[in-house]
Amino acid sequence: MAMTEERPEVLELESGETTPSTGAFARPTHASGWRAWFFTIDHKKIGIMYCAVAMFWFLCAGIEALLIRAQLFTPNGTVLSADQYNQLFTMHGTTMVFLVIMPLAAGFANYMVPLQIGARDVAFPRLNALGLWLFIFGGIFLNLSWFLGGGPDGGWFAYAPNTGVTYSPGSGMDFYALGLQIAGIASLIGSINLIVTILNFRAPGMAMLRMPVFTWMILVVQFLLLLSLPVITVALVLLSFDRTFDANFFNVAMGADPLLWQHLFWIFGHPEVYVLILPSFGIVSETLPVFSRKPLFGYSIVVLSGIAIGFMGWGVWAHHMFVSGLGPVGVAAFSATTMFIAVPTGVKILNWIATMWGGNIRFTIPMMFSISLVSMFTIGGLSGVMHAIAPADTQQTDTYFIVAHFHYVLFGGALMGLFAGMYYWWPKAFGYRLNEALGKWHFWLVLLGFNTAFGPMHILGLQGMARRHSRYGPEDGFDFWNAVSTIGAFVILIGMIIFAVNIIRTWLRYKAGTVPQEPADPWDGRTLEWAIPSPAPEHNFDYVPVVTDVDDFWHKKYQADETGKLRKVANGNDIAQKGDQHPHLPSPSYWPIVLAAGFPLIALGLIYNLWLSGIGLLLMLGAIFGWSLEPPTDPEAGHDGQGDDHHPDENDPNSDSAIVEEAPVG
Amino acid sequence: MADTAEAQTSELAYGRTEWDDYHHLPTNTGLTNEKVTMWAFLGSDCLLFGALISTYLLCRNRVGPATKGPTAADLFDIPFTSVSSFVLLMSSLTMVLAVTSIQRAEMERCKLWLLTTASLGSIFIAGQVYEFTGFYREGLGYTTNISSSAFYTLTGFHGVHVSLGIVMLVTMWVLVTRGILGPERAETIEIIGLYWHFVDIVWIVIFAVVYLIP
Repeated sequence: MAMTEERPEVLELESGETTPSTGAFARPTHASGWRAWFFTIDHKKIGIMYCAVAMFWFLCAGIEALLIRAQLFTPNGTVLSADQYNQLFTMHGTTMVFLVIMPLAAGFANYMVPLQIGARDVAFPRLNALGLWLFIFGGIFLNLSWFLGGGPDGGWFAYAPNTGVTYSPGSGMDFYALGLQIAGIASLIGSINLIVTILNFRAPGMAMLRMPVFTWMILVVQFLLLLSLPVITVALVLLSFDRTFDANFFNVAMGADPLLWQHLFWIFGHPEVYVLILPSFGIVSETLPVFSRKPLFGYSIVVLSGIAIGFMGWGVWAHHMFVSGLGPVGVAAFSATTMFIAVPTGVKILNWIATMWGGNIRFTIPMMFSISLVSMFTIGGLSGVMHAIAPADTQQTDTYFIVAHFHYVLFGGALMGLFAGMYYWWPKAFGYRLNEALGKWHFWLVLLGFNTAFGPMHILGLQGMARRHSRYGPEDGFDFWNAVSTIGAFVILIGMIIFAVNIIRTWLRYKAGTVPQEPADPWDGRTLEWAIPSPAPEHNFDYVPVVTDVDDFWHKKYQADETGKLRKVANGNDIAQKGDQHPHLPSPSYWPIVLAAGFPLIALGLIYNLWLSGIGLLLMLGAIFGWSLEPPTDPEAGHDGQGDDHHPDENDPNSDSAIVEEAPVG
Repeated sequence: MADTAEAQTSELAYGRTEWDDYHHLPTNTGLTNEKVTMWAFLGSDCLLFGALISTYLLCRNRVGPATKGPTAADLFDIPFTSVSSFVLLMSSLTMVLAVTSIQRAEMERCKLWLLTTASLGSIFIAGQVYEFTGFYREGLGYTTNISSSAFYTLTGFHGVHVSLGIVMLVTMWVLVTRGILGPERAETIEIIGLYWHFVDIVWIVIFAVVYLIP
């Protein structure tokens, strides 16, 4: 927040002066240190920052979860008051969904999508940085509520009118509504950027049906975000206007319909669950073929079922509302569509199993996490189909059975896939592998702890234990499985500590030289990100790759001989690009972070004092002004001290340098 | 680069057309990044207005024990709003003329039509302010009842969209006047035109659904 204090002065002093060629102010030029990260517009650094910040929020949300489990360890727990318990489960869910899984996927997408499609950066690098900083400031703003009167306490889906001023008089829900709007703008900017990147920046020859499955799933996710975020934005705006300006959208005394919020929220919320899971589906569709040494079984079917999930995800939202009195026709219709959406998901599961079937499987850490996604998500998916049966759901709604279900799909599914992605792409991002032995400890402890923590919740739910109750009595008979569940949660904690130790220890040993530098292609990979050195050079590709196949890099390494048998014709590390060119790149910029800093100020002003909003608005206007006067690429700056001695063949149609030059008119 | 040439040959042997197209097009789709961005944003905005219009339709006739005051629909002055709607629709015509003139490098005409479009938009906004003021005098404040909250929020969001469009149009006028934006960047004005037409279409929906359907 220090940024916000020093910037306005600079703006007011100098915003009138413009020099058309280099923008209103000097540009950041730092190649190392914190400034190289804060002002970067490099999609790889931005991707790493997304993941790092998300891991910090993962720690916070994990601590919140452990406090909840500690409270429920014994009947009539005394660790937390009921009010604290409400705040903790609300923030645990909100943080895990919006500040952990979504940005982790956004981080992977930012880092990997341009590499997988053979591009030099995303379409709008400065907008990319703006999205990152809006996510960071939105998260900080949301969590400021802990220090300013208590966190939001209405559950992560914040049903109004329960979250109106009458029933939630603290400012926690204001922080929720405004913080999620800021994070929503971040995701909207990111989604447009990635859609344009994937549609427009593919390497020559990379038709849509030659794209890696991860890139495909990210594309589907970005369309889901693009179209679902405005709906929750409207819901949050209505709630904010109710709370801040005394509007009447959720005022039942005025005749408001409490179902308005539920519909708006879940029209966003159900596509959102596919936003959370599809990136992980994409990741395991990359890792399973690599570690089974087989092509993905039914590539086009996997892609098409992902697209089908994306479409059908819009027609199932009311299954979250079966007990709200929709009437038999609505319930029956949404029940049927919900059962139907299990079909494309099941198709994917079968394709992954068929990919592994008969493969030469290497049980590396990413492979183990990928297999655990396939199996754990199947359990969560099956309990999900149980919810589609409306009469059963009527019994299960708001019990721990639901909690068990969505932890199996989000932890057992999304998070397992993201861990697979971390271990898989770690060499590409940092140049070394994480330790295998510690990785195995991490994997087995997390898998064991996860099943111990969430498996018993199925039983508790069917026994009738309601979710979101801060205590249960000794006479309820819930104590044994709750104790087991709490022990499982702490086993997960031990696994995560080992993961943290692994990251720090391996990094220190890599710096000391005892962990080897990985070559370009450590896993015998199939996609283009393995065709450049590890870690990825700042300019990604020396020359634009030309693609002739799905899994093009693999086909460059293996080809059929005259008998039709596959032979290795080249070593991936030998044919990979060398990363020794120094093309002209888009230059760093101060403006994304300055512009983003205006948003939390405006939001704080809406809660406390409108003058603060005015300052935030001025900051934003100044930043927009500076941004638009600044050319995307500083004509005088070279890169890594090389000047622009190498313009990669501007007359060569293979080169995408022309695209990159004109791209970032954000 | 030998690698590239070799791959190129094999690609042509496949007979795929994407590769041939790539010689001529700077992007895979043939559309510039900025234009795809605007289309994506407008797609997103459709859902924003869809949610707001649905909210209004749900809220407009709801009454509860504490309901007071007139509803928005009680106070509509259809002839007046029809005129301001007509003004806004005409601005779409002048927007088209602005785009055509910059594509033909007729900069003086382009400036004229940009300014006309911005003025017509401003007249519409002025009409909205006049309308809101009248409603307020007749006892329909933002917090009066649920239909007033929904009405002002929906039309307010649309008004903000029109106002942002006016800011963009005036900015374009300044850039064209100062010679910064020439015919080679006609697409910038075309993209702003896309936004402007979208905002007009949304108003047609709002006018029909909110004002005309009883």
